[in-house]
Amino acid sequence: MKSNARELTISILKFNPHNSNSRPTMVDYKIKERPGMSLFLALSTIREKLDHDLAFDFVCRAGICGSCGMLVNGKPQLACKTQTKDYKNGKITLMPMPAFEIIKDLSVDTGKWMNGMSKRVGSWIHTSESTDIGKVERRIDPEVAYDTFELDRCIECGICVASCATKIMRPDFVGAVGLNRVVRFSIDPYDERTDSDFYEVIGDDNGIFGCMSLMGCEDHCPKDIPLQHKIAYMRRKMVDQRNT
Amino acid sequence: MKIHYCDALVIGGGLAGLRSAVAANNKGLNVTVISMVPVKRSHSAAAQGGMQASLGNSKMSQGDNEDLHFADTVKGSDWGCDQEVARMFVNTAPKAIRELASWGVPWTRIKEGARTAIINAEKTTIVEEPDVNGLIHSRDFGGTKKWRTCYSADATGHSMLFGVANEALKRDIEIQDRKEAISLIHKDDQCYGAVVRDLITGELSAYVAKGTMIATGGYGRIYRTTTNAVICEGIGHALALETGKVPLGNMEAVQFHPTPIVPSGILLTEGCRGDGGVLRDKDGHRFMPDYEPEKKELASRDVVARRMMEHIKKGKGVGDGKESYVWLDISILGREHIERNLRDVQDIAITFNGIDPADEGKAGWMPVHPAQHYSMGGIRTDRTGQTRLNGLFSAGEAACWDLHGFNRLGGNSVSEAVVSGMIIGNYFADHCLSNDINISTNYVQEAIRMQDLELDRILTLEGPEDIFEIKARMQDIMDNKVGVFRNGIELKEAVTELEELYLKTNDITVKAKNKIHNDELTEAYRVPKMLKIALCVAKGARDRTESRGAHFREDYEKRDDENWLSRTLAYWRLESDTLPDLEYEPLDITTMELPPGFRGYGKKGNILEHPDSEIRQKEVDTIRNKMVREGKDRIEIQEAIMPYELQREYKALNYRVGDRT
Repeated sequence: MKSNARELTISILKFNPHNSNSRPTMVDYKIKERPGMSLFLALSTIREKLDHDLAFDFVCRAGICGSCGMLVNGKPQLACKTQTKDYKNGKITLMPMPAFEIIKDLSVDTGKWMNGMSKRVGSWIHTSESTDIGKVERRIDPEVAYDTFELDRCIECGICVASCATKIMRPDFVGAVGLNRVVRFSIDPYDERTDSDFYEVIGDDNGIFGCMSLMGCEDHCPKDIPLQHKIAYMRRKMVDQRNT
Repeated sequence: MKIHYCDALVIGGGLAGLRSAVAANNKGLNVTVISMVPVKRSHSAAAQGGMQASLGNSKMSQGDNEDLHFADTVKGSDWGCDQEVARMFVNTAPKAIRELASWGVPWTRIKEGARTAIINAEKTTIVEEPDVNGLIHSRDFGGTKKWRTCYSADATGHSMLFGVANEALKRDIEIQDRKEAISLIHKDDQCYGAVVRDLITGELSAYVAKGTMIATGGYGRIYRTTTNAVICEGIGHALALETGKVPLGNMEAVQFHPTPIVPSGILLTEGCRGDGGVLRDKDGHRFMPDYEPEKKELASRDVVARRMMEHIKKGKGVGDGKESYVWLDISILGREHIERNLRDVQDIAITFNGIDPADEGKAGWMPVHPAQHYSMGGIRTDRTGQTRLNGLFSAGEAACWDLHGFNRLGGNSVSEAVVSGMIIGNYFADHCLSNDINISTNYVQEAIRMQDLELDRILTLEGPEDIFEIKARMQDIMDNKVGVFRNGIELKEAVTELEELYLKTNDITVKAKNKIHNDELTEAYRVPKMLKIALCVAKGARDRTESRGAHFREDYEKRDDENWLSRTLAYWRLESDTLPDLEYEPLDITTMELPPGFRGYGKKGNILEHPDSEIRQKEVDTIRNKMVREGKDRIEIQEAIMPYELQREYKALNYRVGDRT
């Protein structure tokens, strides 16, 4: 098995914006493929054996934490869920996701961007009620809870933002991730915000009306969240708000 | 050299750290959270199956209460836990889950009427009454009397972490990510904060606070095969250990989860078995009922993991030698159930193994083998989370206050993370409110300078060893010699070899000399810390000549209450030491609510009893019988048998539907 292992050529954009001498450069790394190899294993091998200076981000390596979004042959996806065997000619090009501040090489600052987005859309329950945690919890229709969960599954990996043409034209576009958050809280019975409140947050071209429905977000979402359907649903509600 | 000041410093941004930060913020403190990664990426997110809390809503959990949750937790721990802590925990867990519901965690809810469930591989109909419609649901998990594990499909940890992190954002709590604490600042038994390295710029700075909380999770990455995220390296434990004052408790208590998928070691939740999935051997035979006729696949994790290994050793595994595994079959649950309640499991199996577990029959079976999963051991604290260094607290998986003893029950980890964030978070906040510190800036700057010099020293080393290889060898030793089955010979070898590796960390060369973006340098300061943790685990395991919970000795198969009903405390007293110093803290049977006995699963007749157990059991029975006759309720009886302290808001009654308190 080992002797038959093919050689992979992984080309990676290296760039350190904190070093004024650094220029973006593509560097080729050649490693032996192993059975069941993911880009997590491939990149770890490269950093361990070939280039200690290579920067990238992994945490869970199981597609759950959303740390490792990058462009793989031009498509934004989670590196940990990317199997090298799916690249028939053994050549893989890796670049950092656009739209985020670059830290170094493949590492981008999604955390900072997502915190900003969360604060902008108020990504938490807005309520005037206080809960007595000793008492039986409020009843929620099981289907509504499931619908909320369906959208709550977003891991804020940033892939929808990196796939978005609007984001390139409008740097302040809130992204599918932000719009999804709004829809998620709008259907959550614990949240008291009304459509008019949400209109104040996303009722402009940097919000719901900026989306051009190119569907890059939904095509690439690693959690298969029905983003376009939910954005369309919210857009109809926001149009009603604009017309009132 | 920058010095940041705050009232409360929280190191680690997972569930325990963030919930503690919220607690401190609620009391008006200025809190700073530092985290190596954006906090929503913390390993809490990887908890899949659920959170135990005795709400007793659903049909299969009716009659559940704190007493049952308490007994399950103590038996699960193999009597290694602190029973007062277990009481504090079980009484707060229902409040935690209800608080989280109000913070937007979309718990799966009960739908009234009939539904089909798979119980013991048979289709069974369960009917939910109208009065529980819309309340929080629960599923079955290992080692529990009732179906107690509340969940949001199989992304429970994710939903919980986002819920708590969003609350922290709402409160505008200062969260700084990509920052790593590399040492604690302390003097004369008082902790003053931490020296912190910025993982983007490499800059070292100091964070000075009246209280410091370590909530950095487990130490699974000292093993090669682990479900843990790559950040779970035990660095937080090492910071506490390196003070020389703070011991680590029960470090040899390491949990191996039965069903990580082969070969990646990625976790498949216990919910798979809780919902009715079964384990099969190479012949397709469901083997667990042969070993555990009562609990079958749902005995505690330590027992199931050992039974699987035992069966594999008999040649019943699929494949040969060390690569041998068994099958996890959830296809019998049906596609609809899987695609609604176990979708991350399905996603993992398809992505990493090309198997759709919803496919009928053998095509859907997933290869599984036990792997390191959870660290019961941790930074030893008292029941308020305070360590032996004044002002230093710890909570969550990082800590050993000691809820889990020698084995944690599934569903009790995220539950503990949040509950300890509530309870210890409050004690921590109270400490910060009522204490003053006085430390010279010169002393703080010197602490930063010492760390800077240490990095310089590492860069000047010129030896033949490679730090990546040392790390890999440590992980292999831990996998091969400090695993599910342990014995004195291998453990002795492990301690010797790990000590040699520790010495070799001074015999390396870091090739690039830059202080930032130099992964080899980062490993060079982290790996010696990891080796200290590995040595605490291995030496603790070597010296504990009994089997208890997850710590299983082939040469001492019995649980030995007479000699070993004690908690291991590991100290690293001097910087020049190369091995931890072990002490033991006895557990007092005479104050226990539930004296040691048989767990109800695992091999029978495997206990060397302590004479106090029988005496105490009689005492407990006498008190209980008398009070029952007097018409006292279960809460009064509990209070009489083992009184415990807890903040009033958490000690309050938990109401249940139909008010079956």
